[in-house]
Amino acid sequence: MAGTVNLVCTRERLGETVTELKATPVPEGQVIGENFTPSAGCEVASGWEVFSYQFSTLGSELWTETVNVFSSAASAIPAIALYTIIILASMFARGAIKSFFTPTQDYTSLKTVTFGDESAVRSMLAASIVSIIFIFIIWGAFTGSKLLPSFLHLPGPYTGEASFTYTVEDAEGNQDQAEIFVNVLAAGVEGEDAQVEAGDGFAKNDSVNITVYRSEIVAWDRNDDVNRRDNGARIVAINDNPVEFDANDRDDAGNLTSQPPAFDLDFARVAITDRGTININPDQGWQMQPLYLPAPEVVWGSFIEIAKYGYQNVYLTVHLGFSLFRVIVGFLLGAAIGIPLGYAMGLSNWFRGWFDPIVEFMRPVPPLALIPLVIIWFGIGEVGKIFLLYLAALWIMAIAARSGVSGVRITKVHAAYSLGASKWQILRHVIIPNSLPEIFTGARVAMGVCWGTVVAAELVAAEEGIGKMITTASKFQSTDIILMGVIIIGVVGFGIDMLMRMAERRLVPWKGKA
Amino acid sequence: MSGLVIDNISMRFDLPNGSHVQALQDVTLDLKPGELMSVLGPSGCGKTTLLNIVAGFLAPTGGETRINDHVVLGPDKERGMVFQQGALFEWMSVRANVSFGPRMARKKKADYMGNVDHLLDIVGLQDFKEKMVYELSGGMQQRVALARCLANDPDVILMDEPLGALDALTREKMQSLVLKLWKETGKTIILITHSIDEALLLGERVLVMAPRPGRIHKEYRLPFAEMGVTQDLREVKEHPDYGPTREEILTMIWDMEEEIMGRTEGGE
Repeated sequence: MAGTVNLVCTRERLGETVTELKATPVPEGQVIGENFTPSAGCEVASGWEVFSYQFSTLGSELWTETVNVFSSAASAIPAIALYTIIILASMFARGAIKSFFTPTQDYTSLKTVTFGDESAVRSMLAASIVSIIFIFIIWGAFTGSKLLPSFLHLPGPYTGEASFTYTVEDAEGNQDQAEIFVNVLAAGVEGEDAQVEAGDGFAKNDSVNITVYRSEIVAWDRNDDVNRRDNGARIVAINDNPVEFDANDRDDAGNLTSQPPAFDLDFARVAITDRGTININPDQGWQMQPLYLPAPEVVWGSFIEIAKYGYQNVYLTVHLGFSLFRVIVGFLLGAAIGIPLGYAMGLSNWFRGWFDPIVEFMRPVPPLALIPLVIIWFGIGEVGKIFLLYLAALWIMAIAARSGVSGVRITKVHAAYSLGASKWQILRHVIIPNSLPEIFTGARVAMGVCWGTVVAAELVAAEEGIGKMITTASKFQSTDIILMGVIIIGVVGFGIDMLMRMAERRLVPWKGKA
Repeated sequence: MSGLVIDNISMRFDLPNGSHVQALQDVTLDLKPGELMSVLGPSGCGKTTLLNIVAGFLAPTGGETRINDHVVLGPDKERGMVFQQGALFEWMSVRANVSFGPRMARKKKADYMGNVDHLLDIVGLQDFKEKMVYELSGGMQQRVALARCLANDPDVILMDEPLGALDALTREKMQSLVLKLWKETGKTIILITHSIDEALLLGERVLVMAPRPGRIHKEYRLPFAEMGVTQDLREVKEHPDYGPTREEILTMIWDMEEEIMGRTEGGE
């Protein structure tokens, strides 16, 4: 009987005993417990071993991940603390300035108890403005933006010319000094190979061009009269700092007997490699590389560029239009089915019982988890994506409509019946208007979820769409376009929510006033 | 019109834990057209259950309610309701609320608009017809509720603590208004209240109910409602019979409350 069996295998690896659990196919013609012979060092695992091994490895892996996550989080604490201090400092500064100039006297500002009184807490416009400006200042400072005065920039990477000396000793113990001229080039600048005078002695001067954020290894002996291999030459000093390291000095296994040293010079970190060459790593400063974070004006520039001419032959309006089209059609379909479904669930025991298991099961399934299934079923065309968004909106709208119906005060319904209304009239004039606030809340949530889902769906499979634009840009490492896409997604999502709120205020003015 | 007959009504329902509640037992009443009866009693005496049965929102487990010689089987526009609060439709203006009944009956606008405006004048809301109901104060909202009920021209008006959520001053004004409307329209009214003063002032007949099981304890026929139609309600309270009747009912209800407390304390 062919099948699969779990084996516990013990073997030696790097002097340690390693135990592993492996699922192994049983060879044809063998039967476990009869003629099955596991490979050397392996035994058939008992049920308990299978269980305990999985949990212990899972536990140790998760523990390692937890440590990783928390150490990453801990490394951000100083930055967060600094940011918080700046928030508090600007709050007190603003408070001091404000009370010095114009003490306001409206009702809320006269409340003495504000800590704990939610109604006395308002979103401070000044804080929002400062917050946004501050985000741009941080962004600009870390990217060396031209929009900021240069004194706000964090130290940038080193560019320009510099040099340092190295001292060579040959096998006979003769020493000579030579200089390495380094030219760190700004991004996109082609450097010419500088011609330097060789200098005297058996060590000759070298020159090297390094693009900013890169490092370079210099084989210093390529032009010298002695070299590492033939003459046993080695570096004994960098800028007169002595080096106690010999790359030729190895034990029988070929391992180095001492650690190669490194020196922090004023423009770069210079290290001796384990082959005896010199690795020059120019100072990178505090700013982020454009690959990681482009400056605001670069992002704005690419926005203008793409707004005018499109990206990869697709105009930005087409990208945005497709994304919005999917969201709106998906949402409308979801609402068209979900709202009546929710009403039915709110009005009939049978419908409630029928759909409760379906809705309660589908509601916690994130639409993103359905993307693979939807692609298998519908392919990568519009139908699949709209179906996904339809599902995302459907349950939210159904639940909103259901709770809208449950939220009708029974006295309203009783009053309407006593006034002679029929069931349909009660639905039309009492239940539907009364559930509109809930439905609007649900619609806002559903639009938010749909917008998030459409971008994710486009990341996976699409021809056009704002998410597709980001994926394409990521393949070309165009971080500016990715960032621009993210900002557009945020702004459009915010705009959708604002429009929904405006519609809500217009159409449901009685919300919260019952 | 032959009035309202509550014939031997009982209400008993099961609880999830297997026990049952006898909310009402053998309640029998006969209201002539145009009578104003207030119902009083401690909490849990079945006042609201009785009203819901008369309104047709609940089916009694025994007995029946008859109005105009037919049995009540469900809510109908012949029995108008006025609730404590929250029964107005916030998405409609005052006028739309009041005209709700005629509109649902698909009457012609010309046929009911005059009456709606007239009722709004009577309840003192002539300047608020186009306002949304959530813009009105609690007392004004109850005026809308009264007008909405009257606009449908019911035979019987059932009021479930209609003034319970109002402050004392507004409440007094509204009590006068209820008396005025009763006299002008000649409707049969059942009014449930927690306030003994309200029950005495607004009740031609005052029904005191007792709890566990809910039943009629005692019934009074009082002259104060008739007096209140023409006189100031504070003057009515000066009447020599008013104080003693009030004391009598108050003691009655207190005794019931104490009996309940004693019973629950003893039972636990």
